[in-house]
Amino acid sequence: MEKQLYLSSSPHIHSGETTDKVMRAVIYSLLPACAVAVYFFGLAALSVLLICTLGSVAAEAVCQRLMGKAPTLGDGSAALTGILLALNLPPSSPWWLALIGSAVAIGVGKQVYGGLGYNPFNPALVARVVLLISFPVQMTTWTAPAPLGSGIDAVTSATPLGEMKTAVMLTGQIPAALQGPYGDYFTGNMAGSLGEVSAAALLLGGLFLLARRIITWHIPVSYLGTVVVLGSLFWLLDPARYPGPLFHLLTGGLLLGAFFMATDMVTSPITGRGMLLFGFGCGLITVLIRLFGGYPEGVSFAILLMNAVTPLIDRFTKPKKFGFVAPQPG
Amino acid sequence: MKLKTFPGGLHPPDNKEWSAHKAIETCPLPAELVIPLAQHIGAPAELCVAKGDLVKKGQVIGTAKGFVSVPVHSSTSGEVTAVEPRPHASGRNLPAVVIRPDGEDAWVEGINGADPETLSPDAIRERIRAAGIVGMGGATFPAHVKLTPPENKPIHTLVINGVECEPYLTADHRLMLEETERVLDGIAILKRVLGVERALVGIEANKPDAIQVMTKACVGKGIEVVPLAVKYPQGAEKQLILALTGREVPSGGLPMDVGVVVQNVGTAAAVSDAVRRGLPLIERIATITGPGVTTPKNLRVRVGTPLSHLVAFCGGLKGDPAKIIMGGPMMGATQLSLEVPATRGTSGLLLFREGEIPLAPEGPCIRCGRCVRVCPARIMPTTIAAYARLDLISEAEGFGAMDCIECGCCTYTCPAALPLVQAIRYGKGAILAKRRKV
Repeated sequence: MEKQLYLSSSPHIHSGETTDKVMRAVIYSLLPACAVAVYFFGLAALSVLLICTLGSVAAEAVCQRLMGKAPTLGDGSAALTGILLALNLPPSSPWWLALIGSAVAIGVGKQVYGGLGYNPFNPALVARVVLLISFPVQMTTWTAPAPLGSGIDAVTSATPLGEMKTAVMLTGQIPAALQGPYGDYFTGNMAGSLGEVSAAALLLGGLFLLARRIITWHIPVSYLGTVVVLGSLFWLLDPARYPGPLFHLLTGGLLLGAFFMATDMVTSPITGRGMLLFGFGCGLITVLIRLFGGYPEGVSFAILLMNAVTPLIDRFTKPKKFGFVAPQPG
Repeated sequence: MKLKTFPGGLHPPDNKEWSAHKAIETCPLPAELVIPLAQHIGAPAELCVAKGDLVKKGQVIGTAKGFVSVPVHSSTSGEVTAVEPRPHASGRNLPAVVIRPDGEDAWVEGINGADPETLSPDAIRERIRAAGIVGMGGATFPAHVKLTPPENKPIHTLVINGVECEPYLTADHRLMLEETERVLDGIAILKRVLGVERALVGIEANKPDAIQVMTKACVGKGIEVVPLAVKYPQGAEKQLILALTGREVPSGGLPMDVGVVVQNVGTAAAVSDAVRRGLPLIERIATITGPGVTTPKNLRVRVGTPLSHLVAFCGGLKGDPAKIIMGGPMMGATQLSLEVPATRGTSGLLLFREGEIPLAPEGPCIRCGRCVRVCPARIMPTTIAAYARLDLISEAEGFGAMDCIECGCCTYTCPAALPLVQAIRYGKGAILAKRRKV
């Protein structure tokens, strides 16, 4: 028999980029942050990472089984959600917290909407906020970093942002000690969630994503830019009460959020102008919560709130098409 | 220096090195020519020969039917052995004149050239129409129609398309390099028809030899060669005008709305033949290439030559073809067989084998925005495609579906392997159907 011919409408070639490759690239970009987490927080961090990753993959498999859908574990998106969730948890998180988080992220954050591509909110952040509200003690118990081989035991400590919030509420002043160790903030030698501590590791991963063209500059630049500008404004008004822009940038989850969470494609705008607006909104809400809200950190809430308006932003920032002619009045 | 271009687009691996250095060869006559009466946009030509007739090379075998139509000519001398529906590039069987060459290749009487300087613009237009000249970049729109702008649309610039941004194709490249004078003469004639002083030739910067030769030859002729950024679809009419003149053809409008007429370099060469030598359009340059062809070549092809004959002249098939594409890989049309004949619009033939065709199953849109970033029409392909697939036609229209130029960049770049441009094409069809009903 003669060989069959393929008939299709053009184009007949493809870039070779696939969803799996995109997800894997984001996972690779998070490896430096994971490595730093294990370095500073040891086996505790490793176990949180493993439980969240495996838990998320398992949750995805169970959900798809229950819904009678074909399994799509190979696309790497569930594993990525798991890693992102782990990076948003305290190193001392108990195993059940990580497991509940995984189930919430995949079940409530993603699969109920129809799976990959359909969820309006960042699944890892949905889980983090659910955990934060449900288990406030476990979610705000932080440990001081104890580098591998240092022999130091894990001791409870506050995050720089938490310490600042408490001090400002009690005394109206930022302790001077907080505004000094920027070197530690940069490398990750401070208390915080697994993935937020090391600015160096996050920048490395973020630059990789930019170079690999997985993300574009729009969201990180507008998000970080907004925080720097607004943070600076308040700082100039009252440097004793409000922290400087560098403190904003290097502490808390800002870099993790700006490069890896706000840029989540599914839940952020698809137009360039929309991304800029989205980043601006994230920055604005983050600064407002950090400086005036009840929580010390506002990145998660900021991104989730902006996720909610993403469809509106997309409509509002529809690109002006080629040869656009404004409708004649009358 | 930063090269001129347009926003959006992308650069697929162009694989032009397979044939870019190959000089044009003349493909010998096949045993049988199959000349379709529909080779252009507009009404097909009306048959004016019958089975058994002896025809000469250049003889009219189909007359133009209406203004947006052109006559069709015999590509050689011989006997009409059949007049019947035959496989056509459109995928259907369409009326064609089948000619058995007599080997004489004798021209019909009355072929006479003229000095364009002595002809009026109208006389030149008539020669172009009578020669059956159509847009040879692939659109096959009758050239004389474009050259007859209405009086309220003054033309100030002639844009010549030597971009050839489709991967694999090198026919225009070789034409500019080897037959520079023909191209330039055609441009001069087109300038005269339109009465314009300004002529710009856009060439993608990946053809430095062609740019050099053309630039040198254009000195003192009022023709400017402009190297353009290497980016697909730089050769799309509206994107080319934007790159060269900085003006955007209004949505739904035509190049003449911004005072521009665009013609392809191959069309210009055909115009020179038609006016100066009196020759009808019965042959063209085409690139026969792809991994499924033994020796990729640039060929001078008689209209009506079966694709199988072209492949045979290029050393035959290399393996079993899995996809036969007339034109380039981004916008070309797949063919049902190699029995389809080459026509005036055949810029290339591309053969892929099994394993060389993207077949990934589609996944859900992950909203990465790549399609939006590459779209040269600056619409939102994924949004329009989603609406079109839900048959929400008004929504698709509202998001600018009709502005899609069908370049295929969105589908090419989509990591979820979604058939975006295909869905938009479907939507455009539905919109047009709805408009006809109203």
